[in-house]
Amino acid sequence: MYQFEYHKPASIEAAIELMNEAEDGKFIAGGQTMLPTMKHRLASPTDLVDLGKIEGLQSVRVDAETVTIGAMTTHAAVAASVDIRQAIPALAALAGNIGDPAVRNRGTLGGSIANNDPAADYPAALIALNAIVQTNSREIAAEDFFTGMFETALEENEIITQVRFACPTQASYQKFANPASRYAIAGVFAANFSSGLRIGVTGATAVAHRGARLEAALAGKQDPAAIAAALQGVALPVEKMNNDIHASAEYRADLVKTLTRKAVLACL
Amino acid sequence: MVGVTMTVNGEAVVGEVENRTLLVHFLRENLQLTGTHVGCDTSQCGACVVQVDGASVKACAMLAVQADGCQVATIEGLNDGKTLHPMQQAFMDHHGLQCGFCTPGMVMSALDIVQRHGNTVDEATIRHELEGNLCRCTGYHNIVNAIAAGAAAMGDETESAEV
Repeated sequence: MYQFEYHKPASIEAAIELMNEAEDGKFIAGGQTMLPTMKHRLASPTDLVDLGKIEGLQSVRVDAETVTIGAMTTHAAVAASVDIRQAIPALAALAGNIGDPAVRNRGTLGGSIANNDPAADYPAALIALNAIVQTNSREIAAEDFFTGMFETALEENEIITQVRFACPTQASYQKFANPASRYAIAGVFAANFSSGLRIGVTGATAVAHRGARLEAALAGKQDPAAIAAALQGVALPVEKMNNDIHASAEYRADLVKTLTRKAVLACL
Repeated sequence: MVGVTMTVNGEAVVGEVENRTLLVHFLRENLQLTGTHVGCDTSQCGACVVQVDGASVKACAMLAVQADGCQVATIEGLNDGKTLHPMQQAFMDHHGLQCGFCTPGMVMSALDIVQRHGNTVDEATIRHELEGNLCRCTGYHNIVNAIAAGAAAMGDETESAEV
């Protein structure tokens, strides 16, 4: 790892000021991707601005319709939160299957979505649960937030403060995890709302996306046989699927349908 | 170089580190606490697991400066050098190690498992919770047995201490 300046500001304003002054600064949240990336010299920021000491970014608030989670809330805290487990059990379960226990004790919601790894779990949940990403300056809908592989709608030096998820009537997240990294080879988050079914897909393509074709095919289907038949008829664009050492594009396309079936059946 | 202060295994320590010094290197090289191992460079193996403020973390994925002011517990703090901690004894009794390289991380993760899941934690939970610790010798089965036995033994110890 190359040398860098380290800062631990106490406020969002101070963090932004430090970044504005830095030549090539990076924010660090839990550091579970940032530090390994720096160890491999794939990133070499001049400054690291640690968001870990800023007050108020680790809160969890639940009301009848929404769950709002502070950006610096760890995966372990989300998984263990009694309120989240009650309001959106699938979201707590998702957090409890990211990485491993030690990673979950450091890794954060904000860090995960700012990094936007194409195989990360949270993006699928944000998209399916119609989440709003709140930053120091604005609100961004999840579908507009994840713009490309490791790319988001965040501006330079913009800081995520919290994410507000809509509470579904039922939800389920199904992932096929890489056995070494626990990242999703593909992952599908299905959520039922009074307005209909929403599906978020991660791991399968360059960036997590809404499963519009899947939603359309499954609209109104309540019977397991009808759900299976409807999915059979969906043609997913194989050319858009990731094709790598972990799985071929064809395999991923098939996996998405299988995981969708499991997730939707779990919501019945 | 910057100064860091933390409590390691109950003792206050100070040290001079670079910003880029990882917690695991501070423990091993500055404090000579070489029980915490470095087994990979991808944060996947778990040989470096320690507890920071009561939560297990990979000491290779945390900077020493981030642990400034924290309470750190390593494998060296588990016993007095004469009697093994019940979890260590269980690893010995159940042949939960061969080469031993992964063992400090395994034991520290095991204590974290007991802390969160109690003394009667079941096999499936232990296996799920060990996802972040790799062992290349044992095939895990004896490690899982050791953790279940160690968890039970820690319960017995608490009980007798309460009596």
